[in-house]
Amino acid sequence: MTTATEQAWQLLEQVPDPEIPVVSIRELGILREVNESAGGELEVVITPTYNGCPAMDQIEHDVRALLQSHNLRARVVTRLAPAWTTDWITPEARTKLREFGIAPPGQSAASVVQFARRRAPAMGESVPCPHCGSHNTTETSHFGSTACKALYKCLDCLEPFDHFKPY
Amino acid sequence: MKAPVEYLLHLADNALILGQRNAEWTGHGPVLEEDIALANISLDLIGQARLLYQHAASILGNGATEDTLAYFRDSHEFRNHTLVELPHHGPLAGTAIADRDYATTIARNFLYSAFMLLLWEALQSSKDEQLAAIAAKSLKETRYHLRHARDWVIRLGDGTAESQRRMQAAFEHLLPYTQEFWTASPHEEQAVRDGTGVDTASIREAWEAEVDETLREATLVRPDAKGYVPRGKVGLHSEHLSYVLAEMQSLARQHPGATW
Repeated sequence: MTTATEQAWQLLEQVPDPEIPVVSIRELGILREVNESAGGELEVVITPTYNGCPAMDQIEHDVRALLQSHNLRARVVTRLAPAWTTDWITPEARTKLREFGIAPPGQSAASVVQFARRRAPAMGESVPCPHCGSHNTTETSHFGSTACKALYKCLDCLEPFDHFKPY
Repeated sequence: MKAPVEYLLHLADNALILGQRNAEWTGHGPVLEEDIALANISLDLIGQARLLYQHAASILGNGATEDTLAYFRDSHEFRNHTLVELPHHGPLAGTAIADRDYATTIARNFLYSAFMLLLWEALQSSKDEQLAAIAAKSLKETRYHLRHARDWVIRLGDGTAESQRRMQAAFEHLLPYTQEFWTASPHEEQAVRDGTGVDTASIREAWEAEVDETLREATLVRPDAKGYVPRGKVGLHSEHLSYVLAEMQSLARQHPGATW
């Protein structure tokens, strides 16, 4: 027999990220926990990526609506700690991002202060082009179409592309 | 343990007011990438402000929400640094909009994000667990803001004669306002005493080194920071904050409870 928690996990696997619908909120590491209280109510724990990410309200709404449509009573809790990191993005999701044309993030910096003091673009770290695989790429802007992405350009195939910033 | 509400409002108001100021560039950026960058930075700052207001509201109770704190307080109740409320132009500009100056925007973002990077880093060990969690998240965003601002300080400072002149003028205008970083307000003293806040004296040396190093690389001369010490964080603001609030709060005040 499937428990409500297991059923909820299976359903929530399918909730896409509103801004990058090629990956799910579980694959991005936004969906953290599903807990069941004694009263049978589910508690779904999500964590924000960026503080101002406008997709969070949408995600909360999508989670609640999906579970409700399957007669599961749930409340959605947002938890900040530990802070979300791109290291939680699954290997499958990284492949999907690349196939979608977004260069996936590398390892997030161990020391953020050390990171901040480095001269941009990130030294010693090339971001391979998701279209042709070339490492001959350059950052055109730290900031892109969403909070989590930077703008890059491939100097070989000349295509511009998004890079999911290590965070 | 909870941080003093006034301390949380100080942090939140800094983020909100600078977020609102930087958002003035949306649709008016000097180039498309910078337009997008400033909008992104604003989004981060307003996100930080929301978390801090939500936390303050939960301590205050009595119907306080993030919206009542952002939209229904007046100028003298705001606890932000004077630095973040100034318009995007130098002291002698004619009109605020016509003379909007990107060097001023960049110099302010540099001075503020260099300060906040160190403050957020230290606040990760605040005895207020929620504040520590907000600090850990905000720190990650602030490092991108600092990198962005520093790159432009160097690019404009070590650029053409005109870009260097304007970058230098921006620092001469803004650096005196940073004196406020180092004068403790009563709510900061209380937060330091109870272990929820950070004594800014402990991060000053690192901040000074960052400013010195960056200005040197940008071939700029570091001006003296002296003269009047602003006191925005105890509610004594410049005239500029009232104009920011008038624009930001008018919709919420004319249509209370409006949603879209």
